[in-house]
Amino acid sequence: MENLGGLFNPSSPEMEAMAELTYYIIAISIGILAIIVVAVTYIIIRYRKQSGDNSEPYQNFGDLRLEIVWTVIPIAIVAVLFQLTCSTMKTIDPAVGNEDPDIVVIGHQWWWEFYYPKSGVLTANEMHIPAGKKMLLRIESIDVIHDFWIPELGPKIDAVPGHTNHLWFNASEEGVFLGACAEFCGTQHANMRIRVISESEEEFNKWQEQQLVVPRTPRYGKAGTGAELFQTKACMNCHTIKGTQAAARIGPDLTHLNRRQTIGAGVLTNSPENLAKWLTNPQKYKQGSLMPNMKLSDSEVEAIVAYLEGLK
Amino acid sequence: MSSKIPLVPENVKPLPRLSENEGMLSWVASVDHKQIGIMYLFSTLIFFIIGGLEALIIRIQLAQPEFNFISPEVYNQMFTMHGTTMIFFVVMPFLIGLGVYLVPLMIGARDMAFPRLNALSFWLVVLGGILLYYSFLTQSGPSEVGWFAYAPLSEKPFSLNKGPTYWALGLLATGISSVASGLNNIVTILTMRTPGMTMRRLPLFVWMILVTSFLLVFVIPIIASAFAMMLLDRLLEASFFTPAHGGSAILWQHFFWGFGHPEVYILVLPAFGIISEVVPVFSRKPIYGYEFVAGSTVAIGLLSLGVWAHHMFAVGLGNVTNLYFSLASMLIAIPTGVKVLNWVATMWGGKIWFATPMLFATAFIIEFVIAGLTGVAVASVPIDWVVTDSYFVVAHFHYALFGGSLFAIFAGIYYWFPKFTGKMMSETLGKWHFWLTVVGFNMTFFIQHFLGVMGMPRRTYTYHDFPYWGSMNLISTIGAIILAVSVIVFAWNIRRSLKHGEKASDNPWNAWTLEWYTTSPPAVHNFELVPPVRGRRPLWDLAHPDQLDEPNSKVV
Repeated sequence: MENLGGLFNPSSPEMEAMAELTYYIIAISIGILAIIVVAVTYIIIRYRKQSGDNSEPYQNFGDLRLEIVWTVIPIAIVAVLFQLTCSTMKTIDPAVGNEDPDIVVIGHQWWWEFYYPKSGVLTANEMHIPAGKKMLLRIESIDVIHDFWIPELGPKIDAVPGHTNHLWFNASEEGVFLGACAEFCGTQHANMRIRVISESEEEFNKWQEQQLVVPRTPRYGKAGTGAELFQTKACMNCHTIKGTQAAARIGPDLTHLNRRQTIGAGVLTNSPENLAKWLTNPQKYKQGSLMPNMKLSDSEVEAIVAYLEGLK
Repeated sequence: MSSKIPLVPENVKPLPRLSENEGMLSWVASVDHKQIGIMYLFSTLIFFIIGGLEALIIRIQLAQPEFNFISPEVYNQMFTMHGTTMIFFVVMPFLIGLGVYLVPLMIGARDMAFPRLNALSFWLVVLGGILLYYSFLTQSGPSEVGWFAYAPLSEKPFSLNKGPTYWALGLLATGISSVASGLNNIVTILTMRTPGMTMRRLPLFVWMILVTSFLLVFVIPIIASAFAMMLLDRLLEASFFTPAHGGSAILWQHFFWGFGHPEVYILVLPAFGIISEVVPVFSRKPIYGYEFVAGSTVAIGLLSLGVWAHHMFAVGLGNVTNLYFSLASMLIAIPTGVKVLNWVATMWGGKIWFATPMLFATAFIIEFVIAGLTGVAVASVPIDWVVTDSYFVVAHFHYALFGGSLFAIFAGIYYWFPKFTGKMMSETLGKWHFWLTVVGFNMTFFIQHFLGVMGMPRRTYTYHDFPYWGSMNLISTIGAIILAVSVIVFAWNIRRSLKHGEKASDNPWNAWTLEWYTTSPPAVHNFELVPPVRGRRPLWDLAHPDQLDEPNSKVV
């Protein structure tokens, strides 16, 4: 079972700073809550009306000094909190300046596109990063507002059409970090998931090189039939496979589909069986997805699966 | 009949009284503030049950990971309608309706300043509700874009169904209603107070209604114009909020939250007013620091106009903007804290009678402190970046609006029901209702703080089976079912008390404000005679002539 502990498992320096600030504020809050709860509990026990006692208590209208005290103390607490807020923000969100982004994140209804401008890699839903290296992300949207959120790695940031945002992004350790779209973006907002694969610099470079290889299009056998179906059925209207005529960017780039861990932005794990299920009727697994049921026959599905799973 | 011709024509039909059943027409055609108030309260009860059922459907869908109780479209419709209904058709009209009933009585007036406008305000709410719910009958059902209706999702290319159009039309109708009742309240409170009822002697509930009314008049026009722009976009191909055609998606958020954050205080200030009436009466002491409770309300009202972009920290407005809104939002904690401490100080040294209204008021104080503390946390930008749009925020604002506003509303209903109806509510059922609500509410929402910081986004119809997520959501759902039971007990209590409730005296709680001076229920003309007002607690002064609140004051 995959784990997602969020704030309880901070895995980047930015997230650690945010978790620390959160713990400070939780500690102060628990202190204040405790004072109120203790006071109210004491009142409930001590000042409950005794049966038979119908006299009125002492009529106390207030005390100016007390009012000043409990106005000034909260002002002091707010000042401390604001100071902590400012210093934490300096740590996690320094000015970007003119720096070029390492990865451009583009939100689509309901999947993520990741473009690495420095190498030219284009992939979807699964972002590879070198562990321990601070990356600058540029966040954009092609349709509605989305929000890029990896709970263990850092802040949320909206992907707004017509407005670009930046995010310093980083994972201290190697591993897989899960995330999702956090701004409601329509029917399948729930299944717009992100996997961040943090790996060693070496493996990251290897992955990038491999992503840049244009796969050979099979001509014969089942996979060959699949490749032909991909071009003649409507698949190519939405998807890209490098080295073929399919170059649309409405749906995810499928050039190296076999290397990905999931299908449909996280609804199914990537396996030939699941891919066959997905192609038979994507609406069954992701109702409302913009990929329609193509009404493919079983043999067509089999052929396309053979083709796509061969794209390494 | 005597055969003699009477000198004075006999009054064949006595003046209408609320206690007499005069048929539907006497209600529909009424411009009496009490009848209109009761119609407000009754219609919000119906919307409360509808909105509650929608919440229950949401919670059932989330009871298990990858559960298939309803489709994603229906789920999205449910949370959109739940939020819209609870805010615009339950809490807001309830508090306005309570004000409409009580303000004239509390200030010793005969009616609102503009009785016909008052009736119009109520019927516009009904019209708005019908427009909103009519969308269930359209082919593609109601709006699926959330109560915040962020552009461009709510715009034509992404929402082709008619739902958002009906949604905006319905809310536009209630918006007009809110501005009208805001104006009506302001004029009533400023001009129709009985002699002696100075602004410094105004009951705190009336103070809070006054501040709320100013907020209504200031901020509803912002959202009403945004609705108009949205309708122009959707119906006439304008593009105020569509970036693809040169509009701005962020502009909608500024409009929406420019209204939306003051709206939170519109929903909660009158609730503070209820608490400020209930706590002193049941503690048998005057409110502690009256000037500070009233003054902090004004401070909250002013501050609330300048904090809206704390809902937008993740939008990317830049850190200078973010820090300003962060500080301004944190400042609201100060006047709010002053209020809480004054309520606690009012209870301190009292002889507290824990009848049902006081039980709800006491729970309100604790739960609202939790909401306030999580509110300060989310005002800090980095923490907001962790928790915004997650279940933490869902927990936070339910503590404010359910643990806060709704608990105060329940306190208010149990407190004023005898005045409205002349019948007492059952204390036994009331205590059942209270404990079921406290347990159900905290069980449903407290755990959502943890779900949020662990990474569960809001508004998702399903979630992966991560460790603990299933069981935490199941606990929340069980809490919601307990809440459903509590609502049944509450509705039963109202029905039973209306039919067989013990007869209420004019002043069953031995309270001090003017509404308790007249009969229960009040006659159509409210008062035979308004007693002299020579302090903040006119009925205390009447009962304790040797211990006046303001011993040196003269009767006007």
